[in-house]
Amino acid sequence: MSRNKLLLQKGRFNMKRRDVLTLIGALVAAGPIGCKPACGEEMSGYPTGTDSNKRSPLKSIEHGGFRKALMDDEDVRTLKAVFDRLIPEDQFGPSASKVGCLDFLDAQLTGGYGEASTLYREGPEQPHEEQMLQKAQFIATPRERYRAGLQALRAYTLETDSASFADLPPSRQDEILAGMEQGTIKLGTALDARAFFELMLTNVREGYFADPYYGGNKDMAGWKMIGFPGARYDYRAYTDRTGQKLNLVPVSLVPKN
Amino acid sequence: MTTRRTNPKVDAVIVGFGWAGSLMAAELSRANMNVVAIDRGPWRDTFPDTPLTADPDELRWKTRRELLAPPHDTTLTMRNTLDQTAVPQRDFGISELGGGVGGQGFQWAGMAWRFNPWDFRVRSETIQRYGMARAEDGELQLQDWGITYAELEPDYDRWEQIAGVAGQAGNLRGKLTSRGNPFEGPRSREYPTPKLKTLRMMEIFNKATSEMGLHPFTIPCANVSQAYVNPLGVTMAPCTYCGFCSSYGCGNYSKASPQTCVFPALLNNNPNFRLITNACVTRVNKAADGKSVTGVTYIDQNGSEVLQPADIICLTAFQMENVRLMLLSGISKPYDPLTSEGVVGRNFSFQTVSGADLWFEEDHINPFIGAGGLGSQIDDYNSDNFDHSSLDFIGGAGILTLSRDGTPIANANKLPPGTPRWGSGFKRAYSNYYQNYGVLFNQGTSMPIKRGYLDLDPTYKDPFGLPLLRLTYDYARNDRAMATFTMNRAIQIGKRMGASQISAFNFAEKPFTTAIGASNHTIGGAVMGADPTSSAVNSHLQSWDCHNVFVVGASAFPNNGGYNPTGTVGALALRAARAICGNYARKPGALQKG
Repeated sequence: MSRNKLLLQKGRFNMKRRDVLTLIGALVAAGPIGCKPACGEEMSGYPTGTDSNKRSPLKSIEHGGFRKALMDDEDVRTLKAVFDRLIPEDQFGPSASKVGCLDFLDAQLTGGYGEASTLYREGPEQPHEEQMLQKAQFIATPRERYRAGLQALRAYTLETDSASFADLPPSRQDEILAGMEQGTIKLGTALDARAFFELMLTNVREGYFADPYYGGNKDMAGWKMIGFPGARYDYRAYTDRTGQKLNLVPVSLVPKN
Repeated sequence: MTTRRTNPKVDAVIVGFGWAGSLMAAELSRANMNVVAIDRGPWRDTFPDTPLTADPDELRWKTRRELLAPPHDTTLTMRNTLDQTAVPQRDFGISELGGGVGGQGFQWAGMAWRFNPWDFRVRSETIQRYGMARAEDGELQLQDWGITYAELEPDYDRWEQIAGVAGQAGNLRGKLTSRGNPFEGPRSREYPTPKLKTLRMMEIFNKATSEMGLHPFTIPCANVSQAYVNPLGVTMAPCTYCGFCSSYGCGNYSKASPQTCVFPALLNNNPNFRLITNACVTRVNKAADGKSVTGVTYIDQNGSEVLQPADIICLTAFQMENVRLMLLSGISKPYDPLTSEGVVGRNFSFQTVSGADLWFEEDHINPFIGAGGLGSQIDDYNSDNFDHSSLDFIGGAGILTLSRDGTPIANANKLPPGTPRWGSGFKRAYSNYYQNYGVLFNQGTSMPIKRGYLDLDPTYKDPFGLPLLRLTYDYARNDRAMATFTMNRAIQIGKRMGASQISAFNFAEKPFTTAIGASNHTIGGAVMGADPTSSAVNSHLQSWDCHNVFVVGASAFPNNGGYNPTGTVGALALRAARAICGNYARKPGALQKG
């Protein structure tokens, strides 16, 4: 059995933080944004090299199931159900999971974003931080927040509905999500249910509307829904056609085969 | 700090290699000085960082903010009042420090303003026109800049020539035209490149405001409208209206930045110029006499402490970092908010923002066609362009609309109030309103207050173990009144524009916070002036107390105008460089009597 498979199996039950870090370390070569690149420090004259640098974004995402950060099957099932209520399949376009929002999130949580590499996480944590800043503040990483949030949501529906969130009817799922959004539902004492809802909503929208390069927005479905032409770089031919419908076909950063 | 070494002495060291630093490095190098620039971030350039194949990427640049220095490395703490305990800003907020060379100037939008002549003399003008009681209401701490707009005009002009700014003059040597901004200060010549195109949202705004008897004009912006060669010999290409501009690099070499406009000339032509990257200056070292400095200390990428001796030290980091370095180095007296004595940390100001979100029906705004600095504005309610006699405030705001970008992730939050934020209701609304959203943004003046200041936080530290900067600030009563007044003007304009739904906003109606991005224009803390008891630097940006230290940036603004600061930062950098090359180099010492 491969090392990764072993870890995945382990993760299903009782994933330890150390294991997650080992796995992440093994899989991710690029460092977080905040780290110092190893390039030379002193320059005289204008650089003539054209090599790509080490801050290139993560490699194109693989679709379809292999999870590097979201490794608990029940968590993934809950998350898929949540995402598909936040952005359901309808006449305006496909659902979040259909366009790869779970692949997107898994890749994001695997990288620097999931590790909160840009955040200032030093203590002491003040009880009035959120009140002073008028915005939720976190020392926990997004990966930790997903783990805790999904566990709490699971415990909540088992308690109230004797079922997993994913197995509830859509109307009941919407009711629970609306309760989280409005802060009328508590998911335990330690977890800010409202903030966790906002995290999921933010990430599912990112997956739906970011370039397909990052694993979501498959076939540029999100962009087609609103009429955004994507990674185009020259609109000079259209600047005088103000107020007109332009019917531009979107393009993405993913190279065509 | 494992080892400690000393670099060879140079004529001048530049701390922070953004707009101010690179402009000063270029001017000092041109005058044959031996210059070293030090930046805490890595080398960064259009290629390989933001070529056409990487730049149009909202998630990476605008959402995850990869061109900024992460709060992990550098942040601040904040509180509203002196009796509170400040808390750290943990995520990105209003304080946007550039993450590499070029600083903020690599990822800025490009609005390339001059301040209004009134902005430099708010105290004198207010006393003269409205009386002492208006200038001294017990809370405000107004003070003049020690220079006039006319004195700075040649430097504004050179900055615009270097950046290739696209625009149309409204006041050419005192002659007003209706095609530009009739409220601007007199210009010695036209903009270097013509104004950009008028896009859909600007059309709607221009029509409505003209009908209301107001004076719309195209915002001057450093997104050049045609091929251009600047005075340093660097070539720029015409803007293609790609809409990946504010928070992004520019794959087209169309947006002015230190990279596009200064680096090639500076680095190619000056063998005596050196750039040290990934090196964080932690201290300016004072001489034994206390009246000058001997150089700076930095920590290199290996964690070694290095001394860089120099005859002249230019602090050209971001506004916040300039102030922090002054405090960490013990240069000049820290400000005391109880007595209003001391100069370092004094007169922090922000940008007082209100406005209105607008939604239209059945239009095709095509928001994805745009440029970072592109929009229309009226200055009828900015500065002192309207009579404040019967009002209870001074100052005002530029009321502008944008044709900037059509970011699908960010715009998902721009839906009419009451719209579902998820589910099919969200998808229906966004499908419709993506093409029908616009904004009126009131970029307001910000007046300094006695109790608003910067000092070192007693608790929180950066990764080098140095104290974070602590900001104590809340909006002045004056500014709250101004923001409400201009918000109401925006609502009137929005109605005239034919918006079906209008949602007004006013950041100043709540306490100030660094966490919510009303603007990223933080200013003050090492302000310029004619009086050494109320300013840290003189009108040449020279420290009153250490004559070989120049502190250049928005840290020098004693109050904020209703405009973006970069043009004034560029002009002040060129003015400081002019003083160094022209007078200081010949006869080192105080350039001005206090």
